[in-house]
Amino acid sequence: MSQAVDPVARTPLHVTGEVLGVKKVGAYHHLTLVAPGIPERFRPGTFVALSVGESRLARRCFWIHRVKPVGGYGATLQLVVEAVGPGTRCLTGLAPGARVEVTGPLGRPFALPKEPVSCVLVGDGYATAPLFPLAERLRERGCAVTLVVAGADEAHLLSALEARRSARSVTVVTADGSVGRRGTVADVLDEVLDRAAAEVVYAAGPLATLHAAAAAAETHGAWSQTAVERPLSCATGLCQGCPVPVVGEDGVSRLVRACADGPVFRGDRVRWADLTVAGLA
Amino acid sequence: MSTDLGGLALANPVLVASGCGGTGRELAAYGALSELGGFVTRSITLNPRAGGPLPRIVETPSGLLHAVGLQNPGLEPFLATELPWLVQQGTRVVVSIAGGSLGEYAEIARRLGRAPGVAAIEVNLSSPDAPTTGVFDVREPFHAASVVAAVHRDLPRGIPVLAKLRTDVVRVVESARTVLEAGAAAVVVGNALPAAMPDGRQAGLSGPAVRPLALRCVTEVRAALPDAQIVGVGGIVTADDVRTFLAAGVTAVQIGTALLHDPTAAARIVADLQSDREGAA
Repeated sequence: MSQAVDPVARTPLHVTGEVLGVKKVGAYHHLTLVAPGIPERFRPGTFVALSVGESRLARRCFWIHRVKPVGGYGATLQLVVEAVGPGTRCLTGLAPGARVEVTGPLGRPFALPKEPVSCVLVGDGYATAPLFPLAERLRERGCAVTLVVAGADEAHLLSALEARRSARSVTVVTADGSVGRRGTVADVLDEVLDRAAAEVVYAAGPLATLHAAAAAAETHGAWSQTAVERPLSCATGLCQGCPVPVVGEDGVSRLVRACADGPVFRGDRVRWADLTVAGLA
Repeated sequence: MSTDLGGLALANPVLVASGCGGTGRELAAYGALSELGGFVTRSITLNPRAGGPLPRIVETPSGLLHAVGLQNPGLEPFLATELPWLVQQGTRVVVSIAGGSLGEYAEIARRLGRAPGVAAIEVNLSSPDAPTTGVFDVREPFHAASVVAAVHRDLPRGIPVLAKLRTDVVRVVESARTVLEAGAAAVVVGNALPAAMPDGRQAGLSGPAVRPLALRCVTEVRAALPDAQIVGVGGIVTADDVRTFLAAGVTAVQIGTALLHDPTAAARIVADLQSDREGAA
């Protein structure tokens, strides 16, 4: 952290938020929240933890997709939620005006390059969410931005249309071939990285996607920044429920926490093989 | 609100329970640790422990199942980095310890006794997954007493020993009596309940689900041992819960799982208790 940064502004907040709206977009829901103080502290790659009632104690964590003013509110958070269990279904069923406890922004964000270099952003499914604000910040710095947007099918592609406005070039990949190229991220990365002459690769998505992005970056001599998603319980670094095996700058292997020490890690530091084994259950 | 726990003056009766406050740094983002009665560290072992496989934490109605496997950096790194930082925060630092043998407990106690700033030692006598973690398996009250005696013998007199007991209504009084006779200054009642993960692995159950059981154990010990100092722990979420435990005769309480749901829980409880007193004055 540089000395110019006010450490208070970097600490997360725990606030009572208010739901402004829930909108279904494809397979996902976009949840817009007022959460005072959190949008101002947002940096791409950070996330929020939401509470879903008193009897469900684990937090539900979501990538911050957008931070923008809505109506009379200075800044709101837009989250992407895939309703897969009782907690997420409860959240997507909330009516405007509903109160929800929000903690954030949590975690370490994507590191931004100092020079205007060529960047490839790889997103898979709802995890593509933080890459849009990242693309914006990179473009502000004069970086050329290339996007790879992937998903199981068209419904699981996040904001592919918007992607065309955010990047110089967009490659769409679906597992079923319903839109764009058929296959996985791994099938297109070599070509995309070559064409873009990528110097930095940013990735968010399932472990296989992250691993593929980190490996492709390594092959092409690029840096990689991967947003590692693990099942989180407290999301604040307290419970040690989300270990990620990494190799530190000193070359020593250690376990760090996805929530507090990540979620963004240098791709060449993560011990992907061990992470996959540990995540089997 | 100040209170005396085994000769230790606490600013208020609210402590952070072992394993629920991270290293302290994470919690400090949400409120000064010095505002709390004290901070109990996660259980520290002589050698570093990598912890168990995933999932480590699973949600269950009004509770969390946890099988972290006592992940911790080991005594030396703890003494070098985590402890000095905690002491600097101006909070009472209670170091929770676990060992594989009586000799190991004694060794840890000796070294902690020489470390500046240790306010008390909490002996984890009831790790709900002890058999699989290689921790000295305390099955009988005399096992617990021998651990407490080993720790007590090797500590300077100014450092009280707290004995954290199993939430076992049938044996808790006998356990409390024997550890107090062995030199414990107070008993901590009670630890997570022995439980199982959905895949059958040994786990602990914590949270509001266990609160009535913890309270029952407290009342049993209070009734049988009127002079014993008791620290109540188990599913405490609100200031009202604290009042309930105080009314049952505890000297102090610990906040655990509530912090994993809301990192401001302990600070909020302290503030609520304080406003009570101001209202009464």
